[in-house]
Order: sequence, then C-alpha cells, then structure tokens
Amino acid sequence: MAKVIIIGGGPAGCEAAHQLANQGIDVELVEKNNETGGNLNNWYQLFPDRKSAKDLNDILKQNLNHPKIQLHLGMEPRKIEKNKEGKFLVPLSDGSLLEGDSLLISTGFKIFDARRKEEYGYGIYENVITSVELENMFYNHSIQMVNGNTPKRIGIIHCVGSRDEKVCNYHCSKLCCITGVKQAIELRELLPDTEIFCFYMDMRMFGPGYEEMYREAQEKYNIKFVRGRLSEAAENLNKQLQIKVEDTLVGKPLRMTLDMMILLVGMESSEGSRQMADTLGLNLAPNGFIKSQDPHYRNNNTNVEGVFVAGCGSAPMNLTDTLADARSAAMSIMEYIKRI
Amino acid sequence: MNLEGKQQIWKDYQKEIADDRYFYARSCIRQTFFPGSEWAYLDIMKNKLAKDVIDDPRHTTCTGIGYHSDIVPAETIMTVVARHFALMTEAGYENMTPSCITSFGIYTEILETWHHHPEVEEKIREFLWKATKREFKKPRNLAHTSDIIYKFRNEIAAQAKYKLVDVHTGRPLRGVDHIGCHYSKMFPTKGIGGAEFPAVLSGMIYAWGGDVIDYPERRHCCGFGFRQYLVMANRGYSVANSKKKFESMQPYEPDFIVANCPGCAMFMDKWQYTISEMEGTTYGQDGYGIPVLTYEELTALVLGYDPWEIGLQMHQVSVEPLLDKMGISYNPEAKFKNIRGEDIGVPKCPTYLRV
Repeated sequence: MAKVIIIGGGPAGCEAAHQLANQGIDVELVEKNNETGGNLNNWYQLFPDRKSAKDLNDILKQNLNHPKIQLHLGMEPRKIEKNKEGKFLVPLSDGSLLEGDSLLISTGFKIFDARRKEEYGYGIYENVITSVELENMFYNHSIQMVNGNTPKRIGIIHCVGSRDEKVCNYHCSKLCCITGVKQAIELRELLPDTEIFCFYMDMRMFGPGYEEMYREAQEKYNIKFVRGRLSEAAENLNKQLQIKVEDTLVGKPLRMTLDMMILLVGMESSEGSRQMADTLGLNLAPNGFIKSQDPHYRNNNTNVEGVFVAGCGSAPMNLTDTLADARSAAMSIMEYIKRI
Repeated sequence: MNLEGKQQIWKDYQKEIADDRYFYARSCIRQTFFPGSEWAYLDIMKNKLAKDVIDDPRHTTCTGIGYHSDIVPAETIMTVVARHFALMTEAGYENMTPSCITSFGIYTEILETWHHHPEVEEKIREFLWKATKREFKKPRNLAHTSDIIYKFRNEIAAQAKYKLVDVHTGRPLRGVDHIGCHYSKMFPTKGIGGAEFPAVLSGMIYAWGGDVIDYPERRHCCGFGFRQYLVMANRGYSVANSKKKFESMQPYEPDFIVANCPGCAMFMDKWQYTISEMEGTTYGQDGYGIPVLTYEELTALVLGYDPWEIGLQMHQVSVEPLLDKMGISYNPEAKFKNIRGEDIGVPKCPTYLRV
C-alpha cells in the first residue's frame, strides 16, 4: 500500500492528509507542535465571511480522525534520505523511523518579526502591536491599551515586512490588505466611538467578496483609508504614538497621534521550509519560499522527484487558496504514486 | 521606551572598530564651530587612553559640502578622498577615523561605490596618479571618531572625574542624543545601533551615569541640510526643523544635547538664540537655553578638562547650568580670557536668551 509522509500539520497538511486518506493512501502526518492547525490557531475570525477560525480548524482536525492517517504530534524530522528503491526515510525526534513513497512539504510560513521595522517601534513602544496579537484581543472581546484605557484613535499599518526592500522582502503577502479591512471592521464593532485609520500602499482586493468588504468598511463602518506608507513612529509622554506618514493622494506629509498602532505583519518562508529545502536539496525562489517546478502546470512539484509542496511553503496565500493548493497537491501525489 | 526591546534587535550585529593606530581626518568646519573639540579628542586619545593617532597637516577638506551642494563632481571628491587614503597609506596606518559626520558618510559612500563598481575605483586611482603621483590602500577599518569614544566609553568612565548626575539631587542628567544624518541613515550597518535608534551617543550617556530622553522628534533632522543653510532664503526651513525638535524635547526637561555632527551641534546651539530673538522663546530652565555639546566636549567634561580650555565659551547657549549640575568647578572670570589671561572680548547679550 502506498504511503505519503506529510511534514507540517497546518491547514495545508491537514487538508492534503484528509484528501489522500480518502483515496486509500496511508498518511503519516508530522507536526512539530503539540496540536495541528499551524498559524490558524492564532486567528479569531476569517475573511471575507467572518467565519470562526476555530470552527474551520475543528473541521480540519476532525478530518484527521481517519484510519489511514497516523498523526505524529510534537515531532520533527531529522535527516531525511531517499534510498535506492526511491523510498523516503524520515527519522523522527523520538527515534522512530517513517518510510514513505512520497513526501509532501507543508511547512507553511512564519510571521514577519515586526521588530525588524525598528522605525515602527514594535517591542519598544508599549501600544504598538501586531495583527496577530490583535486577533488574540478579539478572542477576549477586549481592546485596551497597556494602561487599561480604551483607545480613542487606532492606526492600522499595512505591508509591514512585505514589499519592502529595506527588510529584503520584495514579495506581497497577499492577505494583509483584507486582514486589515476585516480587523478594522471588527474594531469598529467593539469600539463604535474610536477613530480608525488604515495606512496602505495599494489595496489588493483579489479574492471573492474582498472588494465588497473594503467598500463596506468605508461606507458602513466609517474606516478611513489613507494611501501612504508610515515613515516612523515615536512615543510621547502619554505613551501615545506620534506617526509620520505621507498622504500620497493629497501629496502632503501627515503627522498624527495614535493611542494604538497595529502592524499588519506579512509572511516569510518558515524555518521548517528552509530546513526541508536544505535537507532535500529543494530549490528556493528569490523570496525564500520553496520553488515550484512550474507556476502554472506543476505548481505542487518541486525539483526533487517524489517531493511535493503545498500551501504557504511555496508562496504566501490565503486560507481558501491554501486548502485548494492542498487538494491540488494530493492529486499530484496520487498521479505520482500511480506512476511509480 | 523599552530599551531592552531596542537592544534585542541589534544584539547580533556589532560594528567592528579598530583598537589602535588611527589616521585622524579633521573636519573643515569644526575647528571654527567648536575650537576645542578636535584638540580635546586628540589629547584624550593620546594622554588618557594612550592610543596612537596621527594628525597629518597635509590632510584637506573632503569637499563633502561642495559635493552635497552639487558644486563638486563625484569624480573630484573621490580623488580628494583617494588622496586622504594615500596620506594614510604613506604614514603606515590602516584605520581611518574622520572627525566629521559628512566626511564619514562620504568615505563610506565612496568605499561602497568602489566595492560595487571596481571600474570606478580604477579610474580614480588613475586620476590620483596623474594629479599627484600617489597610490593608496583602502582603509582596513573606517570609524567615526564618535565610534572610537563609544568603544572606549567604559575606560573613560573608569577615569571620570565627574558623572552625568546632578550633584545636588543625585538624579541622572537627562541627555538628548542627536545623531548626524550621514552617520547611519545612509548605511545603517555602518553605525552603532543602526539608523533608527543609534546607540553611539546614548551609549556614552548611559556609561557616564546619565539618562537618555526618547522624545517624538528624536530622529528628525536638525535642519542643517546643506541646501538649506547655504542659501540664505532657505534658512527659515532650517530654523523650523530645529524648532520642531526643541518643542518636542522641551517637555522632557533635558539637561543637555549632545551631537556627533558639526552642523547639528552648531545649529542646535545657534538657532536657540535665533528663535529667542524671533519669538522670545527659550527652551531651557529659567530663561536659559538647552546646552549643546559635541561628544568630545562631553567626554572632556566628564574627564575633568577645564570648560574654557575646551572652548565652551564659544557656545551661544551658556553651559554654566550644566556645569553647576555636574558639580564642575570653573572660574567665571576666565570665561572670556585667552591662555595668556588677556581679555578676548565679551559677546553682546541676547535680548531674551539668558547667558
């Protein structure tokens, strides 16, 4: 019986495991953390339909209760080898050894470390938080400054760590724009009297329902969108943030004081993806993500025969695309297994 | 400000600074602005820290002001700098230490240009040979002289006669550090602590017992910008920038400002007088201004040099409030006398700024 080893138990890994198992293929799913779900565990609501992230995560987790799926939580692969018979040998951190016909890399992404944008003051000024930390506040239904006060004016900063030559990231992380819109609306619902500003370069509303949500944010929720990139933030004596932005539509510099600043942190290639690339000799794209053989036709294939990639290991993508990519990878793997 | 958060960012990167044997490159304007600073630096390096520093009188301006004003072409300034490197090479030194922030930025920019465009370096070598019959090696290490003081800040602290502490209250003195734009804004990794929160001056303040003010306009340019001050009609823009900084820092009640750029220290000192005459506004306590020091002057004060020996009487803003807080003894009668005890003349009293 054919067996596939999946490295990474985020949404892509879970969905691919489920699809492969449904086709009668044995799956070994390896996840370094003690639960599956990856970055989805850090999200409160999903865009554009405001679905609970936990509900989707529960579905993905339930799908793993399948006789064909063997889950290895809290495990990391050691050195991976391909033997003469073309089988992949994956020793795990507990000393066990997995053997499979194919390997799927679904090691996802890592969140950009906002401290690298020093001028934004994350880790330095107490009321600068990331979009991930804001999701946690949404979980608790409480948006507060560190001193316990309710923020009267909030700024959401787009493209933090994305499309930014200064931090060596030229790529777009794709989902920050819509995340910003979604979070602005969620903030408005919790804080009806607070001024909310989004500072953006472009609004890339590529997904179904995204543009509509963006329009609704402006018309119904009174979110103010300012086209301009933040140049720097500083803290005043009241622990407020004084920011400097150029409003590029008006063509004038703008200085504003905020009570809270939220950084829409982008996506970077994960440590796991880089380790897998190093171990298996996978090609990396210039943006650091695993390079597909062909962006159109063989997008789940890597340069190594029998090794596939799914989800954000190969590029930033939203959850909809991640799950679709996982299904696509499952199909590519099944084709491969039939061939060998 | 969470200082630990800031330090965390730069913990993996430390700028390399040579230990000894420095070729000193003087500034073309600093000896006029702060006549004791460069002397104090050389004296401290040689007599307090026992370092080998060569001060070659054949060294000239780097022509940086002309370059940034679009008067001196790039090839010309590169050839001038190549001659400086040749003087360093001929003297048997490898560590270049310019006193001026603009020169430091110029040297850094030229070395980077040559690194990425070796054909330009070859061309400049040819120009220098044709003009002077000189050859050169590029510096093994390039550091601004404030980097050098930063490197030895703890050794200086060990020899300190005075601390940056108010002797009357025991409170650490609150310092504003102002970094010249050309120190690290162009090449963040060439400065200590990067471009956003450079540690070169704040590191000195902390090492000598003081505290650093993190105010909203901390990173704002002082307004010195060459095109602003060279053209008289633009000087209002220069004053406006300094004013913005003063207004931002004043609520924190700074005891002093320290800068590592000739222009920043000069203009933040002189513009306080200008603003007081224009608007009647002063930013220090009791009608005084906020004393502005170069890092060499600050170092010299900590080490116990006489304030008038290092030229502090040439400042527009009186430094006496700071000297009193530090507990430094000085002779007010000697402020405007030369080393022979002769009267050098007393400047006219400003209308509003207390001196």
